[in-house]
Amino acid sequence: MTGRIEPTAGQVHQASVQLAARHSVVGHQALALALFTAFVSITLAITVWVGRGRRSSEEFFSGGRLFSPLENGFAISGDYLSAGSFLGVSGLIALYGYDGVLYLVGFFVAWLGVLMLVAELVRNCGRFTLADVLSARMSERPVRIAAGISSITVAVLYLVAQLVGAGSLVSLLLDGEAAHARTWTVVGVGALMVFYVVFGGMRATTWIQVVKTALLLGGSAVLAFLVLARFHGDVGALLRAAAHGSGHGAAYLRPGLKYGGSPLARLDFVSLGLALVLGTAGLPHILVRFYTVPTARAARRSVVWAVALIGAFYLMTMVLGLGAAALVGSGAVRASNAAGNTAVPLLALHLGGGAGSTGGTVLFAVVGSVAFATILAVVAGLTLASSASVAHDLYGSVRRHYAPSGTPDAREVAVARLAAAAIGVVAIVLTLYAQELNVAVVVGVAFAVAASANLPVLLLTLFWHRFTTRGAVWAVYGGLLPSVALVVLSPVVSGGPGAIFPRIDFAWFPLQNPGIVSIPLGFLAGWLGTVLSPVPADPGRHAEVEVRSLTGAGAA
Amino acid sequence: MDEHDGGGAVRLGVADPWTEALAVGPWEERSGPSPDPEPAAAARRECDRTAVYRQVQAGEAFQEVRRRYRRFAFPAVGACLVWYLLYVTAAIMAPGLMGRPVAGAVNVAMLAALAQFTTTFLLTWAYARHAGQCRDQAALELRWDTQERVR
Repeated sequence: MTGRIEPTAGQVHQASVQLAARHSVVGHQALALALFTAFVSITLAITVWVGRGRRSSEEFFSGGRLFSPLENGFAISGDYLSAGSFLGVSGLIALYGYDGVLYLVGFFVAWLGVLMLVAELVRNCGRFTLADVLSARMSERPVRIAAGISSITVAVLYLVAQLVGAGSLVSLLLDGEAAHARTWTVVGVGALMVFYVVFGGMRATTWIQVVKTALLLGGSAVLAFLVLARFHGDVGALLRAAAHGSGHGAAYLRPGLKYGGSPLARLDFVSLGLALVLGTAGLPHILVRFYTVPTARAARRSVVWAVALIGAFYLMTMVLGLGAAALVGSGAVRASNAAGNTAVPLLALHLGGGAGSTGGTVLFAVVGSVAFATILAVVAGLTLASSASVAHDLYGSVRRHYAPSGTPDAREVAVARLAAAAIGVVAIVLTLYAQELNVAVVVGVAFAVAASANLPVLLLTLFWHRFTTRGAVWAVYGGLLPSVALVVLSPVVSGGPGAIFPRIDFAWFPLQNPGIVSIPLGFLAGWLGTVLSPVPADPGRHAEVEVRSLTGAGAA
Repeated sequence: MDEHDGGGAVRLGVADPWTEALAVGPWEERSGPSPDPEPAAAARRECDRTAVYRQVQAGEAFQEVRRRYRRFAFPAVGACLVWYLLYVTAAIMAPGLMGRPVAGAVNVAMLAALAQFTTTFLLTWAYARHAGQCRDQAALELRWDTQERVR
């Protein structure tokens, strides 16, 4: 990193404005690198320290189940507050104003569903993964394989979003010209996440989330405070300045700038809104969090903590996005990264005194390393959740089928470690093709797949007494296949300047977000599978799930 | 939790309901090697267990817990979903209304977003309070009671 920049640093005596800016780039690179190295060292130390000598699957997948609600609340926030919100949504607000706010509202309102319908019941019924809840009632093998596949799909999509965020962040830090540095960052972040999961398991991952949430909330609070201080605490002045700085005037503060044009764009907006509000309850890395606390009551209290922390963070994100439009200007944000992913780092540079100043350099470096920490922690959580699905759901089913008498525990953990490495490789390779996408858009797609494939089956299992195994399997595939197919056929993948394959066009589905079609399909498939089931639902096992889910009897 | 791994052998004759509860989890029961030397006895145990759960489910105490839970959670989730969908629909169908200024630069759309945040905070608080006051105690008693009987 430094090697590339040194010749530039040697020319600073020419003292042009541009080179002064370059100089600050060198300064913040060194500082950001130092801060980030510090974070990585601390987290590696945590990983090695808490990972010692703990080999049971209970430890690896759920961290011993003895975290407190406060700790788990921080960890849930850590898993949830991704680069998608810190970089992506603030960038969308900086570019499109009010339409970016929709993301935050959807992300946040979703927690009511998680709190009331999912958290406690999932804690009571399951053991490590979503599939545990389903197989408490259904025939084990088919539902386990289905739920495992869909959880892994969601996690990999979400991983790609995070790694894209890491890539655009580093290309900003390196002044936007180092394509191979970006590639190496993606690879490096991927390697770190695999290390955390393989050596630390859930316990280390949880502590990394806690540290990250504290850093993220602290960093955002400082920036939001500085933005508001710049406007003497006058929110009206901030809004006016943001509208002015965006170049759109009053339209910036109204809905419609991004999604307002054609009826299709409006439909896309509704689709996204549905995906955001329903997807959270189906995110595998959020669901596994509920197993790290001892009881359903603790799971509920950790969600209450998470709601408080996440709500506070989103309110600050709004201030940051508006601040970036007001102080940096939408044009400058777009010039740095067309999707807006670098709005907050640019805002930090400006707030500290602009390019070349010490304050700007320090703030930029702090924000850059906080964003890196955010990305690292989220990818670790995702990798853990998906490796749990591979080992506990997929491998577990296959092994039980072919060799019913094995020692399940140690081998499942070993498989999970291998799976973590494999998933890391897959996500890295996909990311290298997706580097121009907006992080928040990819996150929206991941939410849509989660809402279509995981949510219907989970809710129907918990609340519908007639739901059968066939219904469950159909619900998963009936949501998963359409949502993935529609994403592949959407403008996100092909046919546009920001797509993964910009030169070929097979975008037959006009919406960026498939939610409005695929979520109803998931529920419909679940109902259809149940109606067409050869055997009716077993009332005994329904009774067991209902009693267990509401009382906690027999909970792991 | 360190000394038992939850996924291994089924322990019989342990008095602690927590450990026993783990051991009779449906995963082991159906997938692991049968703890009972006699398959018929294992099937009988499974049958007994189901019968207990069905009795508990039919019991007045459980029905009350379920009623209290559903009476709060279902309307609350439904209401917030409708309220959120109204908000999204208003944003696309009535941008004029959403853009109407209220005070200075603050418009209806901004206030609606803040109102979404406020209702989420309030409902979270209300649900946690309701569950703690109306449900937790009864659910805990049912839990120990059921676990005793399943044993």
